[in-house]
Amino acid sequence: MRSPRFDATVLTLGFAFLYIPIIILIVYSFNASRLVTVWGGFSLNWYSAMWSNQGLMDAAWVTARVGVLSATLGTVLGTLAALALTRFARFPGRMAFSGMIYAPLVMPEVITGLSLLLLFVAMGVDRGFWTVTIAHTTFTMCYVAIVVQSRLLTFDRSLEEAALDLGCPPVKTFFKITLPLIFPAVIAGWMLAFTLSLDDLVIASFNTGPGATTLPIKIYSQVRLGVTPEINAICTILIGLVTLGVIAASLTTKRTEIRRVRDEHLAARGTTS
Amino acid sequence: MAKSLGPVKRKFSPWTDPNAVPFIRFENITKRFGDFVAVDNLTLDIYEREFFSLLGPSGCGKTTLMRMLAGFEEPTEGRILLQGQDIRGVPPYRRPTNMMFQSYALFPHMSVEKNIAFGLEQDNMPRGEINARVQEMLKLVKLEQFAKRKPNQLSGGQRQRVALARSLAKRPKVLLLDEPLGALDKKLREETQFELMDLQQTLGMTFLIVTHDQEEAMTVSDRIAVMDKGIIMQVATPAEIYEAPNSRYVADFIGDINIIEGKIADTASALGAPGTVKIESDGLSIAVDQECQAVKGDHVAFAVRPEKVRISPDAPADPSVNAFYGEVWDIGYLGDFSLFIVRSEDGRFMRAAQANVSRLVDRPITFEDRVWLTWPRDAGLVLTR
Repeated sequence: MRSPRFDATVLTLGFAFLYIPIIILIVYSFNASRLVTVWGGFSLNWYSAMWSNQGLMDAAWVTARVGVLSATLGTVLGTLAALALTRFARFPGRMAFSGMIYAPLVMPEVITGLSLLLLFVAMGVDRGFWTVTIAHTTFTMCYVAIVVQSRLLTFDRSLEEAALDLGCPPVKTFFKITLPLIFPAVIAGWMLAFTLSLDDLVIASFNTGPGATTLPIKIYSQVRLGVTPEINAICTILIGLVTLGVIAASLTTKRTEIRRVRDEHLAARGTTS
Repeated sequence: MAKSLGPVKRKFSPWTDPNAVPFIRFENITKRFGDFVAVDNLTLDIYEREFFSLLGPSGCGKTTLMRMLAGFEEPTEGRILLQGQDIRGVPPYRRPTNMMFQSYALFPHMSVEKNIAFGLEQDNMPRGEINARVQEMLKLVKLEQFAKRKPNQLSGGQRQRVALARSLAKRPKVLLLDEPLGALDKKLREETQFELMDLQQTLGMTFLIVTHDQEEAMTVSDRIAVMDKGIIMQVATPAEIYEAPNSRYVADFIGDINIIEGKIADTASALGAPGTVKIESDGLSIAVDQECQAVKGDHVAFAVRPEKVRISPDAPADPSVNAFYGEVWDIGYLGDFSLFIVRSEDGRFMRAAQANVSRLVDRPITFEDRVWLTWPRDAGLVLTR
């Protein structure tokens, strides 16, 4: 028999395994000592040092631009792919297409990165900002497609039919009815795509070029020369951003839930009045 | 307008007029989905200002037929004429029809008034006119104080009214209603049926309703088309459908009915009285006053509604009346009616309904009583199909 104490222990150990490394990283970003493993008192030095480290800041700026651009492109393409997969019931090659959309999810990143590199080389494209962006768009759009597709599967098609029936042409119907209703899924897809782009090292390092060093590449190359507390500081900021995103997303869900309960209450009152 | 029976039912029967031009004509329509034939070479005329029902079980093709008129499906074969114009290839957003969806399909991100205004905005109607029309529609369905609410802040009945208002707002030539009252409870449904009839007469529109609820179809329609497996079994007024079904299928689908299979034993000429047939069914002999195409020996069915069958403990005085003798097997108490199920000696069943005009305690006939079921010769009919 499992005792509650056993359950609690397993849970604690599991969470400890997940979070202790992250906590250590955060704690040491406030370390006054240059030595990563020795605590030398609390300090914000490394945050200001990070701020004045031009190389690191450039990399962060590149990453942000690549992330926003590739996530946006990937969201547009992924949403279109999801629409094609759910809406056109039968078209030649549908099976192959829907299978292929999942392939980049399971494909080793090394292979994705290498094959894109070979493509860019064959096309004679200079590697740099745009090649990284295109590479990230390619692999993030699959994730977006899957997120949006799962929303579209539960979408009530009669809403679109009602709009058509009331005289609204198809493209306008998409923007007036479909898009507003699937927008939460599209935004979720965008955030997923942005996060994936943000932390990708392998594909980026294959397809980057001079002047387009992304943050993960920068961090990785610096770590090879030894972990500095500056790296800890920038990682802490990244963790903070991700945490804020998660909290914001769950708060939005929570608020929707509260509103739904209130609506049902109103509806119930409406029947009796 | 809620509880009244509406204006006195007008005398309205353009389908009997040979010169009347149909408003909607389905001409040899076939619709296939892969190997499945949803609608099979169907021809149907619907007249202007008619309240027409397509009635049948799920999968009979009634919804497909309606969706072809709305433009969501194109017929595989045949053509649809609306006011004499072939509407093949006209997209749904250019057809002068509006539809009330079974799920209501209200736009969840728009308020009630935005939902109602949506169709009008597509026509680029001036803002002032849109507002006036929306107010008029809200008043019509008595939802003025709910204009700013979102659909999920409304009850089922209110949503149904919004859906109705939205589909009426553009004043379509034809209003299509797909199982419009399915989600409502019985009382609200009956109330709404009468409101629909009132609306249809006030607005003078053509209504086409799809339903599997025969009571609903009987209540609201000028005419009903009973459908089965993609074909129309019978098109007639509710009274004709009920009193003179043309087949076992229609008889069985509408209301409760006794169906006795048998053979024609004698036709009019042999009996001497014109328009009388005699049916023989395993020792039971039934006489029916009816002109009948069938000849002696044909396999037919005799059908009689339970409420036209009298139940009595005494043998009929008149020997020429049709009679069925047996014991009371079961009694269904339905409030206004009691349904008696009587079993004959050879194990056959027949049902008789009796209005409960007196109180329950006075009911003289009870379980295992030996009773006579009798019905006159003009109470039932012979079905050859």
